[in-house]
Amino acid sequence: MTTLVIAEHNNSELQASTYNAIAAAKQLSGETVLLVAGHDCQSVADQAAKAEGVDKVLLAQAAFLEHLLAEDVEKAVMAQEGDYSHILAPASTFGKNMMPRIAALLDVQQISDIISVESDDTFKRPVYAGNAIATVKSNDSKKVITVRATAFDSLATEGGSASIENVDAGTHTELSNYVGEELTESERPDLGTANVVVSGGRGMGNGENFEMLETLADKLGAAVGASRAAVDAGFVPNDYQVGQTGKIVAPELYIAVGISGAIQHLAGMKDSKVIVAINKDEEAPIFQVADYGLVEDLFKAIPELIEAL
Amino acid sequence: MKILVAIKRVIDANVKVRVKPDNSGVETANVKMSMNPFCEIAVEEAVRLKEKGIASEVVAVSIGNQQCQETLRTALALGADKAILVKTDDQLEPLAVSKVLKKVVEQEGPEMVLLGKQSIDGDNNQTGQMLGALLGWGQGTFASEVEVEDGKTKVTREIDGGLQTIELKLPAVVTTDLRLNEPRFASLPNIMKAKRKPLDEVALADLGVDTASRTETISVENPPERSEGIKVETVAELVDKLKNEAKVI
Ligand SMILES: Cc1cc2nc3c(=O)[nH]c(=O)nc-3n(C[C@H](O)[C@H](O)[C@H](O)COP(=O)(O)OP(=O)(O)OC[C@H]3O[C@@H](n4cnc5c(N)ncnc54)[C@H](O)[C@@H]3O)c2cc1C
Ligand SMILES: Cc1cc2nc3c(=O)[nH]c(=O)nc-3n(C[C@H](O)[C@H](O)[C@H](O)COP(=O)(O)OP(=O)(O)OC[C@H]3O[C@@H](n4cnc5c(N)ncnc54)[C@H](O)[C@@H]3O)c2cc1C
Repeated sequence: MTTLVIAEHNNSELQASTYNAIAAAKQLSGETVLLVAGHDCQSVADQAAKAEGVDKVLLAQAAFLEHLLAEDVEKAVMAQEGDYSHILAPASTFGKNMMPRIAALLDVQQISDIISVESDDTFKRPVYAGNAIATVKSNDSKKVITVRATAFDSLATEGGSASIENVDAGTHTELSNYVGEELTESERPDLGTANVVVSGGRGMGNGENFEMLETLADKLGAAVGASRAAVDAGFVPNDYQVGQTGKIVAPELYIAVGISGAIQHLAGMKDSKVIVAINKDEEAPIFQVADYGLVEDLFKAIPELIEAL
Repeated sequence: MKILVAIKRVIDANVKVRVKPDNSGVETANVKMSMNPFCEIAVEEAVRLKEKGIASEVVAVSIGNQQCQETLRTALALGADKAILVKTDDQLEPLAVSKVLKKVVEQEGPEMVLLGKQSIDGDNNQTGQMLGALLGWGQGTFASEVEVEDGKTKVTREIDGGLQTIELKLPAVVTTDLRLNEPRFASLPNIMKAKRKPLDEVALADLGVDTASRTETISVENPPERSEGIKVETVAELVDKLKNEAKVI
């Protein structure tokens, strides 16, 4: 048995989620091969070769793979000749976008967003916004799987010495073409991997008030997140959304400010180690998951907290 | 251009889902069911494209039991022209659903298929992408903006780092994200009108698609409970607890 992990990267470095997927692959029998498909991305392959748990790196380079469009990544993966028992990718928007295409072409029912490996064919995954955990056994001969990054601790990023092999990159489909990107620029840590996350909800009132949370986040070396209500209201960009249908986070410390704690929000953060809730309504459901709850107006509490740190 | 919208009937987003005591699944008896919220957004987008004169016809399709008729009537009340129920009492997996949808696409000949990015029960986020691959079509997933012009569609996508815009050749598959639009409410006259719109039924067995399950659900359990927390009275006490008890700052 051999597992193929599809690397998520930006052509210059691996995304942290790739290391989590490698960690999941290591819990399966057999070797782990990492496919780096992209453009001008030798440095990514070099980095990947050092990762603990990687036995071999395949490097597929082509100009049309620069933006990793789903149709082209599908072709690049399908061009690989090895006989893989498992194909894994992170359950990020990258993995969610392209993996089901590969599963469909292999005639395999994908297992999405696994949180544990029970055996080579049985996995746990959350359903119904994390209200239930299903244990699922796949009877397909190959398994196609996306991995919830927060559920698998990454292995060492240095020390390995896997070989790198150049492989076929497939062909450009012309079905889809890249037009542009508007990425949120931030000096703060990435929301998905930060040790501390400070999130604001509708209670923040407007976008300007989020500056307060940013100041707090900078004091804590934290990333800033938000509830859907705050994103829908335009206080912050879409990629801040934490929840069932946004990002899943599990930091050491999660501070929810002016967030009521709807089930869809909890689905994205309730595996955090320590949860703090600041809300003026003592009945807010967020207090049911909070380790430390402070019933207080946020406009009083946050400046005090910034002051106290 | 004809648009096909795939809609799923799911447990309403506001229902607190409960795991069955025998761990075989979740309670569905006497639970409020609704159209999956992402599918509602898909119907709304299709209807808006029709109102703009871009789409000529909007066909809604659902695969499920007899009660899915109700969900399809809602789609008709929101502005779809015609509905198709592919009837089955089985819970199909996304691979099977996408194979059935491919059959429907071959029969209906749409130039765009709109789906939700995920259904809030299975949370799989697969069906649209699988359909795209099976048809050999391009896909615009997690869409927050869709424009159609000259046989092409420009889709802005919500990705982890922000927004990405791509251009797809038509026909194509588009899956909806939350910010694409705000679905309208069906008005009473439109609900009445919907009763007279065509709703065709086909038996799943008549489509000749292999929909056998590839996975087995071994058990469905409650997630681990978090232990009860405490309320702190002041910011100073909070900081003290975080520093000295939880040791996270
Ligand atoms: C299909 C679907 C998917 C969804 N996906 C997500 C998702 O991924 N993520 C997500 O977050 N939501 C999601 N939601 C939305 C979710 O159901 C809630 O509507 C949303 O999380 C509410 O956001 P909120 O807590 O900021 O707002 P509200 O529920 O309005 O809560 C605001 C809170 O702020 C408090 N507050 C107000 N002013 C102050 C003040 N001055 N000081 C202190 N506290 C104050 C109030 O007491 C209240 O508790 C989804 C919903 C659906 C239907
Ligand atoms: C706890 C649990 C146990 C389960 N056990 C089994 C099992 O043992 N065997 C089994 O076969 N299934 C089982 N299911 C059902 C199955 O996992 C999913 O509900 C099913 O695979 C559909 O996936 P999805 O709706 O999450 O797909 P997604 O890919 O998330 O759906 C995305 C979009 O696809 C479209 N779509 C999806 N389904 C339909 C449909 N029926 N009709 C029209 N459009 C549709 C909609 O536009 C939807 O928004 C189980 C589900 C749960 C929650």
